Amino acid sequence: MLQYLIRRVVTLAITLIGIMVVTFFISLVIPADPLSSIAGPQAPQETVDRLRKLYGFDQPIYIQFGRYANRLAHGDLGTSFQTGRPVLEDIAKYFPATFELATIALFFSIIVGIPLGVLSAVYRNSPIDHFSRVLSLIGVSMPVFWLGLVFLLIFYFKLGWFPEPGRLDIMLIEPERLTGMLLVDSLIALDWEVFFDALKHMFLPAFVLGLYGLAGIARIVRSSMLDVLSQEYIKTARIKGAREFIVLTRHALRNALIPAVTIIGLTYGGLLEGSVLTETIFSWPGLGRYLGTAFLTLDLNAVVGGTMLVALTFCLVNLVVDLLYAFLDPKITLARS
Amino acid sequence: MNTETQIDKRLARNQRWKARQRYFKDSYTLWRRNHLMVVGTTIIILLLLIALSAPLLATHNPLDQILSDRLLPPTWEHFFGTDSLGRDIFSRVVHGARVTLTIALLVALISTPVGLIIGVLAGYFGGAVDEILMRLSDVFLAFPKLILAIAFAAALGPGVENAIIAIAVANWPSYARLARAETLAVRDNDYIQVIRSMGASNLRIMVGHITPMCLSSIIVRLSLDMGTIILTAAGLGFLGLGAQPPTPEWGLMVSDGRLYLVDQWWVSTLPGFAILIVVMGFNLMGDGIRDILDPHQRQS
Repeated sequence: MLQYLIRRVVTLAITLIGIMVVTFFISLVIPADPLSSIAGPQAPQETVDRLRKLYGFDQPIYIQFGRYANRLAHGDLGTSFQTGRPVLEDIAKYFPATFELATIALFFSIIVGIPLGVLSAVYRNSPIDHFSRVLSLIGVSMPVFWLGLVFLLIFYFKLGWFPEPGRLDIMLIEPERLTGMLLVDSLIALDWEVFFDALKHMFLPAFVLGLYGLAGIARIVRSSMLDVLSQEYIKTARIKGAREFIVLTRHALRNALIPAVTIIGLTYGGLLEGSVLTETIFSWPGLGRYLGTAFLTLDLNAVVGGTMLVALTFCLVNLVVDLLYAFLDPKITLARS
Repeated sequence: MNTETQIDKRLARNQRWKARQRYFKDSYTLWRRNHLMVVGTTIIILLLLIALSAPLLATHNPLDQILSDRLLPPTWEHFFGTDSLGRDIFSRVVHGARVTLTIALLVALISTPVGLIIGVLAGYFGGAVDEILMRLSDVFLAFPKLILAIAFAAALGPGVENAIIAIAVANWPSYARLARAETLAVRDNDYIQVIRSMGASNLRIMVGHITPMCLSSIIVRLSLDMGTIILTAAGLGFLGLGAQPPTPEWGLMVSDGRLYLVDQWWVSTLPGFAILIVVMGFNLMGDGIRDILDPHQRQS
C-alpha cells in the first residue's frame, strides 16, 4: 500500500510538471497581444514597450518558462489583467461558490442515482428500468447550457417557482464571509432567511449540473448490481433465509458500490467542466464563470492559473479515488504488491 | 502441385467470403434485435441525408438577413421562426447539420490516427518510449476534456478550425491508451514472432499486423465518444470560442437566442433541441456498436 502510494505521488509530481508545460504552451500560442488589452488600443508605443518589459514578454522563451516555473513554485499565479487582483486571490474568492454548487449537485446525483440504479437492476426490464434508462440517455446527451436555459424559461420566467439567476436575492445581505459558502455561512450566522433563499437559488443550477452525474452513476450501479446479484453468495444469503432487503443492501449493494466510486470521482471532473457553462447561464459568481470570462477576454494569467488549478483538483480527486478504491477492494492492493 | 495451391487459394477465398457474409448477417440480426440502436442509426442516417441535401431542404438562405422579418414565431413560412436578424431558423438548423458533422468527422479523423500511432509505438517498443509517451498522455488526461478544449480554443483564437484542433487535442490520449493496451495484448503472440522471423520490419509489423487488431476497439470507443465531441463543439460555440457568426452552428444559435428567451423562446430552444436529438442518436448507435462487436453477445 505504501509503495503504491509513493508511486502514485511520484507520477502525480511528473504530471504536475507536464501540466505546467502545457499551460505555459497555451499562454505562448495566444495570438492576441495581451499588452494591448492592458494598455488599451490607443496606448503610445513607449507605454506598450514599458509594459512588455514589466511583464517580461521581451525575454527569450526558456527564460520566460524559468520565471514562470519559479513564480508557480512560490504560489504566485500572477495578476489578472481584468480584475487587477492576483489570480490566486480571485480564485480563492470564486472557488467556494463553485465548490458549494458542485457538492450539492454531486450529492443530488448520488442520492438519486444509486437508488435508481439499484431499483432498475432489481426490477430489470420493468417500467422503472426503462425510465432510468431514458433518464440516463437524456442525462448524457443533453447540452448543459441548453437545459439551463429551458429550465430558466419554464421555472423562472413562466411559472415563477424558482428565483432569478444568481446566488442570493439582491434585497438580502450576505452573512459574514467565513467559508465563502453561503449555506454554511448563513447556518453559522443562524440567518434562516438567507439560508433558504440561497437554497432556492441553488436548486436549478444544481439540478442541471447534477443530471449528467446522475446518468453515469445510475448506469454503473445498475450494471454492477446485475453482476453481483448473479453471484453465488447472494444465493447463499437467500438460502440462509435472509430477508430480501438485507440481501440487497448488506450483501449486494456494498459490493456493487465499488465501481461506483470511480464513476463518482470522474463525475467530479465532469462537474468542474459543466460549471463553466452552468455558471455562465445562472450568473453564478464561481470559478467556472470566472474562467469562462477569462477565456473570452484572453486574460492570460487567469486562464493559465484557473486551468492549472482545475487540473490540479482533478488529479487530486483521481488520486483519492484510486486510494479509496484500493481501500474498499482488498483484492486490488494484493494484486499490485 | 501448382494447380493444387491455386485451387486451395480459390477455396480459401470462397470460405473467407462466406465467413464474412455470415459475419455481416449476424451483425444485421443483432442490429435488428436492438430497437434502440435502430432508432439511433435512423437518426444518424437522417442527419447525414439532411446534411447532404441541406441546400434543397432549406427554405431560405441561412445567411439572408431580412430585418423587417425579425423574431417571427414559427409559421408555415418559417417552420422554426426567425432570429434577431430575420434569418430563417429552420434553414440555419438544416445547414448547421453540415457544420456539426464536419466538426465531428474531422475531430475523429485527427484524433484517432494520432492516438493510434502514439499508442502502438508505446505498446510495441515499451521501455523508455512507452514511459515518455504515456506520461505525455497522462498530462493531457489530467485536464477535464472540456476545460482543455476551451483553453486551447481560447489560445488559438475562436473559429471552427481551431475548435476542431482544440477538441482533437483533448481527445487523442484516450485512443492512445486504448491502442497501447491492445498492442500489449497482441505484441507477444506467436504469429507476430513468426512474421518477425520471416524478416518483417518493425514498421511493417506495426502497420500491417498490430494496427488492424486495435481498430475494432478504437471504433467502438470513437462511436461512444461522438456524442461528447458534438456536445463539446456546441459548448465552445455557445461560449463564443467555437464557430463564429454568421456560421449557422447550433451552439452559437442557442447563445444568440439567450437575450430573447422570454418572449421568443424558439430562437434558443429549437437549435438546442437539434443538438439533443443528434447526440442522443450517436449515443444510442455507439452503445449498439459496442454490443454488436462484443464477442460475448455474438455467441448468444
